[in-house]
Amino acid sequence: MQGTLDLLILKVIALEPMHGWAIARRIRQMSGDVLQVGQGALYPSLHKLEQNGWIRAEWAASESNRRAKYYTLTKAGRKALEHEAAQWERLAGAISLIVRTA
Amino acid sequence: MRIADIVRLRIRSLFSRTRVERELYEELQYHLEREIEEYVAAGMSPAEARRAALRSISGLEQRKEECRDMRGWNLIDNLRKDLGFALRQLRQNPGFTSTAIFVLALGMCASLSIFAFVDAALIRPLPYRDPARLVAVYETNAMFPLSNLSYPDYLDWKQRNVVFRSLDIYNARGFRLSTPGGAQPARGARVSDGFFRTLGITPVLGRDFYPGEDQPSAPRTTLLSYAAWQQQYAGRRDVLGQTVTLDGEAYVIVGVLPREFHFAPVGRAAFWVPFRASGSCDLRRSCHGLYGVARLQPGISLQAARANVKAIAGQLEKEYPGSNRDQGADLTLLSEGIVGDVRPILVVLLSGAGLLLLISAVNVAGLLLVRSESRQREIAVRTALGASSARLVGQFATEALVLAAAGGVLGLASASWSIKLLQGLISDDFLARLPFLDGLGLNGRVVTAGVAIAAIAAVLLALPPSLRIWSPELRRGLAEASRGSAGTVWRRLGSRLVVLELATAMVLLAGAGLLGQSLYRLLHVNLGVRPDRLVTMEVHAPRESYGKDPQAIALARLVADRVETLPGVESVGIVENGAPLSGNGNTTWFHVVGRPWHGEHYDVAERDVSPGYFSTLGTGLLRGRYFLATDDASAPRVGIVNLAFARRHFPNEDAVGKQIASTSTPPVITQIVGVVDDIREGPLDAPIPPVLYLPFDQSPDNDFSLVVRTSRDERPLVPLLAATIRAIDPAIVPLKGMTMTAKIQDSPSAYFHRSLAWLVGGFAAMALLLGVVGLYGVVAYSVSRRSREIGIRIALGAQSRSIYELILREAGRLIALGIAIGVACSVGAARLMRGVLFGVRSWDVPTLAAVAGVLATAALLATLIPARRAASVNPVESLRAE
Repeated sequence: MQGTLDLLILKVIALEPMHGWAIARRIRQMSGDVLQVGQGALYPSLHKLEQNGWIRAEWAASESNRRAKYYTLTKAGRKALEHEAAQWERLAGAISLIVRTA
Repeated sequence: MRIADIVRLRIRSLFSRTRVERELYEELQYHLEREIEEYVAAGMSPAEARRAALRSISGLEQRKEECRDMRGWNLIDNLRKDLGFALRQLRQNPGFTSTAIFVLALGMCASLSIFAFVDAALIRPLPYRDPARLVAVYETNAMFPLSNLSYPDYLDWKQRNVVFRSLDIYNARGFRLSTPGGAQPARGARVSDGFFRTLGITPVLGRDFYPGEDQPSAPRTTLLSYAAWQQQYAGRRDVLGQTVTLDGEAYVIVGVLPREFHFAPVGRAAFWVPFRASGSCDLRRSCHGLYGVARLQPGISLQAARANVKAIAGQLEKEYPGSNRDQGADLTLLSEGIVGDVRPILVVLLSGAGLLLLISAVNVAGLLLVRSESRQREIAVRTALGASSARLVGQFATEALVLAAAGGVLGLASASWSIKLLQGLISDDFLARLPFLDGLGLNGRVVTAGVAIAAIAAVLLALPPSLRIWSPELRRGLAEASRGSAGTVWRRLGSRLVVLELATAMVLLAGAGLLGQSLYRLLHVNLGVRPDRLVTMEVHAPRESYGKDPQAIALARLVADRVETLPGVESVGIVENGAPLSGNGNTTWFHVVGRPWHGEHYDVAERDVSPGYFSTLGTGLLRGRYFLATDDASAPRVGIVNLAFARRHFPNEDAVGKQIASTSTPPVITQIVGVVDDIREGPLDAPIPPVLYLPFDQSPDNDFSLVVRTSRDERPLVPLLAATIRAIDPAIVPLKGMTMTAKIQDSPSAYFHRSLAWLVGGFAAMALLLGVVGLYGVVAYSVSRRSREIGIRIALGAQSRSIYELILREAGRLIALGIAIGVACSVGAARLMRGVLFGVRSWDVPTLAAVAGVLATAALLATLIPARRAASVNPVESLRAE
């Protein structure tokens, strides 16, 4: 769903700064292998969020001791995350309401 | 993240491209390597793992492109590419590019120049506080619907009205300003004490007039205009308290008016003095010489105020039936009184210029359409290679933007120059009455208007080719040339537009031709005077020292004697009431002795001249004699009449020897001793009225004019004359010294005709150019659409001659139609112009023929370019291309 990936990314890096590959892996793990983030969607999404000013990128040594681009949530990003999460809750609640009663 | 950071990021994305690009590569590369590691860890061979990873990432380059899109690079990148491509395209076709830019610039230049005037006169608010509440107050009578107030009426209105917060009066007044270098003429105004408070003007220096400062008992004070302060006092602050001598009276300077203040009804008044009622006119209820200005009470409408002053006028009419019979009252908004005269002219000019702008934009759009036609294959190929419609439209929009921007810049630049040119078309006298035009030029509003016009033009120019791209017929563009409805619509619309443009050009050209001819006739009209090597100058001597007849006669003689000794001077004449071309001046009433007379008035212009006057002017004596030095106060009264007088009053008799009597009591009997040729005393284009010349020595005055004939170049004589007169008495003001040739050139009627001829001529030249470009556009479009047909014709053996004929016949039809409509309209327009034409009939066949010839030649030349292209069509190529 449009915007859902943004929400997931924001949520995942809200815990700690992370590079793209780790973000994809974390989403897969946290969703119990249900959500497979296509790499094709991940990077454009990251660049868009960075352009929006919701996340910030910096280069740092990765766990395998190589240079990787780590993304951190900014203040604006945190606010956006709260907003997006609330939106999602509302939407999900509404959908499940319909699905259950139908 | 703050806005600043976002901006920084964007800018970084745009400018440190290589670094960002490298980081992007590195980031994706890192991801790829981690994927490979993972696959290897899962048991794949390195090669297999790499393939799998690449597959999962599904196209590294596309991913990069997506990331770039996200960063908004492509937009800028495309724009840059489009811009480069547009510039290349435009450079490749310098003929098209320069024509398009030039035509656009022309339309913009015309409309922006006129807009600058409109802005100064109609848009910029008047420099008073809350100008919408200010009204001009008039009395009315049968002859003048808006006439002046008399002072006693003003006092009554001021006291009785209930609608004005304040009511004040003003009138213009010329002063003789005493300076160390001799007396100078100075413009001034008399105002009642509350005048500036009513307008809401506070002096920038010093104080406003006190209430009661306009009473005759108050000391004489004056306010300076800002310009006078700067020019005559170099802006010194110690000017307050200094005195100036105006008309021999000392005035204390009490203040300086703001720089932006102007008040058109009194022109560029330098000295503003309190109105002190004095002299017979100010105190007489029937002497109307003042203008009123008032500020409305809050909540009072113009209508209510008008009703109130009308009611007061009604009361006064009853109370003073002798002086106030039929004296009504009226109000208008003050802005109406200041700019009301020029508004209709400006609105007409602006509409004309706006129309030119529209036509020029449509013409350029037509030219672009021709080009998009010839670029159809390019477009089709680009579409096939994957360019989206948006990309193609973006390309055309960029080209349109470049053209409009270039046209806009050029238009603005040339407008700043043509504004000055237009201002030069207004005579100085008239310009002094339009002070709101001071400092006219490219201001913020004019530039904004220019940018807005350029933006609209860009949209208009991008529209036709974009519509073509969106039209489905283009998709077949590769296979065959589209012959859809859009093209037909343009051909039909374009043809009509061209006919209209040519007809307009014809009307304007004919008008300019007629006006030019009438200007020529005007400048060469028989003056009754030899105008070469002749100089005139006014002499204003103070009444206190030269008011008595013997004083005035002695002064005139002294001036004439001194001037005669100047090098090169052949003869000198004196005239009171104005030298030739000055206007009809004072008139006098008379009747012919020996004819029955029942009190009717015969009005005749009067000039009082010295014996040498006619011989100096070179005016022919038809009968009798010139005046002699012996025709003085002690001799019998004599007069000389002009031919018009003799014809009017003595049609079949000899005027010489007849006697005329004044209507005063006792009557003064004057014997006519001579008849001279008609001299053009008034405007060049006015009929010559009957004139009676009397000897200066029998009717002298302390204000008179000199006419001086020289045997040398007359121009250096003008300052020499002024110096000679000042040397006699520094209190005398020499004024308006000029050569007769300049006087003819600068006379109001010549100015009017010349300005009109230039204005109409300018519009005509633009209309001609636009018509020709429009014609070219339509014909070229038609040729490009018919290249297949032409190719077939040539392939079947048609000679280039017949191809020329084919194209020229099509264009010729449009040209002939345009000229025919133009001729019909020209005759109609010329009939409307009859009032301003001089010595030219409105139905002037040579003018019409010449104009039609010029138009047809220009139009045919414009047609030859596409016709030659048509004739040189290579049949093989054109058929293969289709």
